[in-house]
Amino acid sequence: MISRRLEELKEKLTGSASLVENMVDKSISGLLKRNENLLLEVIEQDEPRENSLELEIDEDCIQVVACYQPQAKNLRTIMMVLKINNDLERMADEAVNISESALFLIKRPEVKPLIDIPRMAEEATMMMKDSLSSFMNEDPELSENVCERDDVVDGLRDQILRELVTFMASDPQTIERSIHLIRISRSLERIADLSTNICEDVIYMVEGRTTKHRNSICDNHECENRDSTEVGYIGEQ
Amino acid sequence: MTFVVLISLLSMLPLILILFYIIKNGLSALSWNIFFEIPKPVGEKGGGISSAIVGSFFLIIIAGIPSIPLGIAAGVYLSEHKDSKLSYWGRLAAEILQGIPSIVIGIIAYLWIVVPMGGFSVLSGGIALGIMMLPMIVTATAETLNLIPDSLKESALALGVPYYRTMVKVILPAGLSGILTGVLIGIARIAGETAPLLFTAFGNAFMNWNVMKPVNALPLLIYNYATSPYPEWHRLAWAASCVLVGFVVSLNLFVRILTRRWKIQF
Amino acid sequence: MENTVLRTVDLSAYYGENQVVKNVTLGIPEHSVTAIMGPSGCGKSTLVRCFNRMHELIAEARTEGKVFLREEDVYDMNPIEVRTRIGMVFQKPNPFPMMTIRDNVIAGYKLNGVRLSRPKRDEIVEASLKEAALWDEVKDHLARKGTFLSGGQQQRLCIARALAVKPDILLFDEPTSALDPKATNHIEQLMIELKKTVTLILVTHNIAQTGRVSDFIAFLYLGELIEFGPKGLLLTTPKDKRTEEFLSGKFG
Repeated sequence: MISRRLEELKEKLTGSASLVENMVDKSISGLLKRNENLLLEVIEQDEPRENSLELEIDEDCIQVVACYQPQAKNLRTIMMVLKINNDLERMADEAVNISESALFLIKRPEVKPLIDIPRMAEEATMMMKDSLSSFMNEDPELSENVCERDDVVDGLRDQILRELVTFMASDPQTIERSIHLIRISRSLERIADLSTNICEDVIYMVEGRTTKHRNSICDNHECENRDSTEVGYIGEQ
Repeated sequence: MTFVVLISLLSMLPLILILFYIIKNGLSALSWNIFFEIPKPVGEKGGGISSAIVGSFFLIIIAGIPSIPLGIAAGVYLSEHKDSKLSYWGRLAAEILQGIPSIVIGIIAYLWIVVPMGGFSVLSGGIALGIMMLPMIVTATAETLNLIPDSLKESALALGVPYYRTMVKVILPAGLSGILTGVLIGIARIAGETAPLLFTAFGNAFMNWNVMKPVNALPLLIYNYATSPYPEWHRLAWAASCVLVGFVVSLNLFVRILTRRWKIQF
Repeated sequence: MENTVLRTVDLSAYYGENQVVKNVTLGIPEHSVTAIMGPSGCGKSTLVRCFNRMHELIAEARTEGKVFLREEDVYDMNPIEVRTRIGMVFQKPNPFPMMTIRDNVIAGYKLNGVRLSRPKRDEIVEASLKEAALWDEVKDHLARKGTFLSGGQQQRLCIARALAVKPDILLFDEPTSALDPKATNHIEQLMIELKKTVTLILVTHNIAQTGRVSDFIAFLYLGELIEFGPKGLLLTTPKDKRTEEFLSGKFG
């Protein structure tokens, strides 16, 4: 009884996940290939579908809890499905943000050849795909692996920021476009973060072990460096 | 602890002594003849108690014919309608009837049957014994049926079985061991009753198969012969006692076995 | 939209002057498990006993209002026929103790004097026991008395017995409260299977069981029908405050 309901729920979530993966792919693709249709699809068709799927899955989860009072792994699974559902919806929102900024950018000349953004996009989408794959296959090892790659994406975001700040400083004409690029890099970084959230949820679901907020347990020196880098740049200009 | 054991043994003593005495004295009197001959006239050797044995059984059958069905039916009513006024009075009546002295019942039977009939008979004796047996059967039936959970009756009714079929084919069979116990205990009781038979069956020197005529019975024979001056008759009385006690004891033992094998635990 | 197999209109039930079921109007959808849920003493057992006309067998009991089985008025029908079309399984498993397992299954026929040919009898016994998920466990012991079975097996035997007369509806009156969790699980799985062939009405005060087994829930409180709806909706977002309180364990 309950195991069948849970399987159905996980399948639905997997469907939602595929949709979101697709949305992110399309938004990056639309930006790089300057394809307006792809971007409009994401905003006008995919997002409403994802929103209604999210509501459906929410409702289903609540009903399963009401009807079956799950315990142990079943309970963890339902709770994590609820949270992953939420994270997927936010990923979808970020994909929409990327698409909106992309719509602005593709109608204008490039500020600079896009190298870091595609690299970042590739990293972030790989993390997203792997996190969703680790959920579908209940693979905590893969989840651990994904969490470790978050730093790479963060590093890229910082790099893009540094570069674009230089551009904006030298040529005020580039400010609007640069800000949209920064927005896109922000969204990609958020997608990577949400992927690590999903991975932490998967580890909890499978092993009952909490690995959240590991960054606040990082050593002070590292944290300081990161903060001062950001502050430093804004102050410089 | 030993005190308790001692007291228990003490309370069994009368029974042991009775059985011992009866067997000792009766066994020597027992022979095949006893069972097949009727008592011979005074002075003659031999003779048996066959007429008394036959008479006792005859009386039991005549007693059972009305009282067993009536008793079971009444027991069923009491069990099915626990809360009705009739049920209350019925239960009370059974208790009182049980307590009425047997000789009084004999006198009543005398008045109701012997006098109108103009003579003693198996019928009047049987009726008297039947009246004595009735409350026992009623009570045993009612208590047995009370122990059967309602759900058994309900599940039969819920299957679409009409009420009377439910009672006859489900409930009564389920309570059979208890009802049978009641009947057999009743029989064991009346088998040894003497007082009511004094004015009803009266006794008969000869074998009698006619329900309208007087008949001999084991208790009557014992009473008459034991108080007589003839040693030959004393011998027969001991034999009759042996047979009677043997009958009652084996009936009781049979009831025990029956209960153990057939009783349905709910 | 499913068919409504049983319908009541303003059904009320009395014990003497005491009104225990108050003007209940509801429709039971076919091929589903409908749970009649509520605190102890709310009238749910009495309500379902009005469906198969068992209520009237109690002294001083009476009903008012109408009950329709596929649009036939149950109170115009022969009560014996009603009880073969609406079967009942009770809280305490009660196979007939003097009968063999085989005879228990066909008791509905046997006790009514219906003679079955041997092949027909065996066919009905096998089919009913298979439907009740008991066949494999007893097929070599059909001539033994039913009382040697475990509680859960006895209850399945009672279900087979009720199924043998091919009812439209099966009423379950707290069927698992006397059973251990494993046996309860068997019976619950069985109920979900059975709804393909019969309609089930389950009386229970066990909310968890209602959640696992039912498709629809009717919440009864103090003899009144407070709410009726699909299980998922009623358990998560009930419309009436009293339903909410019952589900939160405030009473019952």
